[in-house]
Amino acid sequence: MRRRLTPYLMILPAGLWLVVFFAVPLIMMASLSLQQGNLVDGFQQTFHWQNYTEGLSTYGDKVVRSLWYGLLGTVACIVIAYPVAYWIAFHAGDRKSTYLFLLLLPFFVSFILRTVSWKFVLADNGIVLGTLKGWGLLPEGFHVLQTSFAVIAGLAYNFLPFMVLPIYVALERIDYRVIEAAKDLYAGRVQAFVRVVLPLSLPGVFAGVIMTFVPISADYVNAAILGGPQNTMIGNVIQTEYFNNSNYPTASALSFTLMAILLVGIFLYARVLGTKDVLEAAGR
Amino acid sequence: MTTTTAPAAAKAPARRRVPRKGLGLRIYTWAVIAWLVLPIAVMILFGFNDTSSKFNFEWEGFTLKWYAQLFDREDLTTALINSITIALASTVITTVLGTLVGLALGRYSFRGKGVSNLVLFAAISSPELVMGASLLSMFVTLNTPRGYATILVSHVMFSIAFVAMTVRARAVGLDPSIEEAARDLGAGPWTTFRLVTLPLIMPGVISGALLAFALSIDDFIITNFTSGSTVTFPLWVWGSTRTGTPPQVNVMGTLLFAAGVLIAVLNMVASRRRARRG
Repeated sequence: MRRRLTPYLMILPAGLWLVVFFAVPLIMMASLSLQQGNLVDGFQQTFHWQNYTEGLSTYGDKVVRSLWYGLLGTVACIVIAYPVAYWIAFHAGDRKSTYLFLLLLPFFVSFILRTVSWKFVLADNGIVLGTLKGWGLLPEGFHVLQTSFAVIAGLAYNFLPFMVLPIYVALERIDYRVIEAAKDLYAGRVQAFVRVVLPLSLPGVFAGVIMTFVPISADYVNAAILGGPQNTMIGNVIQTEYFNNSNYPTASALSFTLMAILLVGIFLYARVLGTKDVLEAAGR
Repeated sequence: MTTTTAPAAAKAPARRRVPRKGLGLRIYTWAVIAWLVLPIAVMILFGFNDTSSKFNFEWEGFTLKWYAQLFDREDLTTALINSITIALASTVITTVLGTLVGLALGRYSFRGKGVSNLVLFAAISSPELVMGASLLSMFVTLNTPRGYATILVSHVMFSIAFVAMTVRARAVGLDPSIEEAARDLGAGPWTTFRLVTLPLIMPGVISGALLAFALSIDDFIITNFTSGSTVTFPLWVWGSTRTGTPPQVNVMGTLLFAAGVLIAVLNMVASRRRARRG
């Protein structure tokens, strides 16, 4: 009897912690998102669904922009990460872990500091643009900061390792003999890649998409530091509603909407691709 | 189709064809690495910049004075100390709780295991923004004052799943007969755990602890929602972006970076040595 209880006793403390600080807060946020009131008089539960409809009609464009940036950032990550993961998996020989370590180097610098450092690099009169302008290669008014490009590049930069690693793991598992078999069967290099390597590595790409798309769409740091007022994402709105306007119900409704969109998105995505593949690849 | 590789293979039949192929991809990989490292290099470099402006954007000459004046800004120093102590406390709590979960999931089969795995997956894949916002919603609803304690509990919350996953990966590969042998030799459950199980899963526990520390000291988004008026290092840097980030921030970033790389390399060397021995 005691032995059967052991695993439950082992997961109990962490389980309680997650219930109290992960599950309950979500329920409380759901409740808060339907309340009315203000900071001075307090908030009352009135099932005010208008928080959702009004929030969406006011900030719908920011939600769309966040998902759009999420999509572009994710695609950029795939395009940048795949060849790198491929080269390391098949050509780096016994230096594989050294290269992976180099790719993870940015993680040893705080996320905020990395982004601020990009602001240094891309500043209008900073080391790159300032120098090029000094040589007369760029017009005086040229700028990169405060553009969508800067925000998406920053997002891709910050989340790239989350894409490289799962793709690398998937490629690394491929038995090289399978590729040799394809070549023995007269597949050219392109054909062997398209019909053997690529399909076998797709679970890694799928896992990478989940691990990058979700945090990119919900980010507000890159938009705040590298972007301008026209690059506001839904995360920035939620942050402002909480901290500057103390408009907790609207902020909660927007957070919940964002979570619902991402959850439904992940669910549909997993459904289309086969749940097992995605969860398995992500859990690795 | 195979004409390009056939003569090479004929000339050197013993060697596998690895070198020279993929030169383009090799250059590409190094270009991506350069892109990844560029802002870090700039951060380190501008910690040596003899700047006179509030905005440390232009190179004005080499100096070591920011290293000498590292702790001159009291509020920044306090923020750094907060970050380090929170990360240490969070690591200790998270490692204990997460290791227990990882062991339970890796060593036992029990009803509710699937749900537990799903909860861990949810905790890892939920956007930080939503976790932070929901914690703040709860603290606001319950009138909980935000500060050091709320930052700490939130850090433990989002790190547990990562430690549990890391330890589970290690525990799954354990041979149960080793523990049985210990029990047959008269060891009680606690002795078996302390002398047999724990040393075996130790590499997983250490990796999990390092991960927990890194996650905590770097966290911005959730901390921003749960901090109240307490300031951590990332929050201080965030606040400074509008008024100008002083070079001391670059220096602290550089020192944290160096320490992190050093620990990671030591850990890698140790695990390689273990692999060679075992």
